[in-house]
Amino acid sequence: MTGWPALHVLGPAVWKGRCLRIFSVLAGLVLAGLLVFGWIAWYWPIARIPVPSPNSFPQNLIAQGAALAGAGDCAVCHTAAGGKSYAGGYGLATPFGVIYTPNITPDAQTGIGDWSEAAFDRAMHEGISRDGTQLFPAFPYDHFTKITPPDLHALYAYLMTLPPVSETAPQNTVRFPFNIRYLQAGWKLLYFHAGSYQPDPSQSATWNRGAYLATGLGHCGGCHTPRNTMGAEEVRQTYHGALIDGWTAPALTAANPSPLPWTQLDIFEYLRTGASARHGAASGPMSAVIHTGLAHLPDSDIAAMAVYFAAQNGSASATTGAPPAASETADQQQVDADAQLYANACASCHYGASQAPRAIRPDLSLATALWLPDPSNFILTVLRGAGTQDGITGVMMPGFASAMSDDDIVRLAGYLRRSRTNLPPWPDLAQRVAALRAASSHS
Amino acid sequence: MTSFLLNGVAVSPVSPEDTPLLWVVRDELGLKGTKFGCGIGECGACTVHVNGRAQRSCITPVGAVAGASITTIEGLDPAGQHPLQKAWIAAQAPQCGYCQSGQIMQAATLLKDFPDPSPADISAVMGGNLCRCMAYVRIRAAILLAATFSRQAAAHE
Repeated sequence: MTGWPALHVLGPAVWKGRCLRIFSVLAGLVLAGLLVFGWIAWYWPIARIPVPSPNSFPQNLIAQGAALAGAGDCAVCHTAAGGKSYAGGYGLATPFGVIYTPNITPDAQTGIGDWSEAAFDRAMHEGISRDGTQLFPAFPYDHFTKITPPDLHALYAYLMTLPPVSETAPQNTVRFPFNIRYLQAGWKLLYFHAGSYQPDPSQSATWNRGAYLATGLGHCGGCHTPRNTMGAEEVRQTYHGALIDGWTAPALTAANPSPLPWTQLDIFEYLRTGASARHGAASGPMSAVIHTGLAHLPDSDIAAMAVYFAAQNGSASATTGAPPAASETADQQQVDADAQLYANACASCHYGASQAPRAIRPDLSLATALWLPDPSNFILTVLRGAGTQDGITGVMMPGFASAMSDDDIVRLAGYLRRSRTNLPPWPDLAQRVAALRAASSHS
Repeated sequence: MTSFLLNGVAVSPVSPEDTPLLWVVRDELGLKGTKFGCGIGECGACTVHVNGRAQRSCITPVGAVAGASITTIEGLDPAGQHPLQKAWIAAQAPQCGYCQSGQIMQAATLLKDFPDPSPADISAVMGGNLCRCMAYVRIRAAILLAATFSRQAAAHE
């Protein structure tokens, strides 16, 4: 058998002919690949239907769907600031550009009024729009694929009986080539695993209920699991914590740095009321998750999620000792100008004495935000405060953006980190404060 | 326009949402008992209650209290007979009196959370309420006296 002759011995004509042959084989392969990809990526539209009458859905099914929509926090992302509920237009700032959520009210022209239940199910389970186009995974169908058919049925009933709103979301600003929806099929080949929730027979029914809610509708990993450069969740780092919208979504594993473990009771208290006395109040996007979403679920479902997440962080085997750093007394504060700043501006509320922790007087030595590797949650809370609808309902904290200079906040952050935790100082505090203030004043 | 309850009465002031609650209460709604001190939440003179808890009204935008219940010194007790007000008079706590409405509103939250406050509790919770007359010794005495009044009242009930 003879091998390929060395190139330099070939005459120009032979060389040209061989190149053409190689080119046409390659072109054929590319074409075949494109055809196969096209076949995989292509979905037929599902026919429009007349908007179903709200009376065609039983009331108990609608109520069940309302609770499930709460579990999925659908309203949080599908409602613009100041906009009508579920009418879309909320901008998700992704590394690929801003994606505006669509209107999911049953309006025939601008919403999903003309979607059949089959079209709705396909969108939720496979990430395909009614017209056959691929949806971006900013819509967490990678979680929703786990939802059981009866739950989807109830969700459909709930959404189709909402008041229809005529509202079209702004154009996405996703950059080329990521804006080519057809290419999402490739993303799916790499990262998407369709299929309903598979119960773990080695775990209790309660654990499985919590896992179903958390990994499916709740899509907790959407924020609490870091994403790779293609925007997919790093499954090997599930719940390891991530930065999102300027906030830190803390680790939900044993890697969570809180000084006291997040026990099952703590998690229940936090998810039910918006604050844990031993860890602090919900802030940032998590406030809405709790108060506009999970609030619709019964205690039994919140308890099931608490069982599931307590198992994720291993708190059952953790020791529940006293907090490692106690609040300083006023006498200690007199000698330190940074401590004096804290005494004047913060201690009237953030002082718990030596009593058992109370959520209403958050002891910052226990606040998860102070123990996180990144200071953004602390800084954003100082700048923006917390509204009466955040954290503990009815209780507020004023923002100090107009009251404290960047230097004041840097001093405060440095002081609390060194006096309330045993962790190293946060690096680059001055830059972080300046950047977050700039971002806050634009939003 | 933001709607809220002021001393139990529904109000809908027209000031822009980012107006400090302090300005709305004093200038638009005309209750002058709440005072302006530093304007940056570090002296306590402007303290009012938001849903029953002390807050600095100078750095609280009025939009943040939509739907909330606001109590000022005028509404702490309809007859001015709150245990702290009685104790303030009995102990002759104020000198110039500029900080006292803020002191009393903060002390009310202190006593709610710590009905029998230790000196350290008073130092920590009242530390952000400054008094330029240095009446701190009498303010402490008045707070402890008010705690006694409250306990006596509770014992009689």
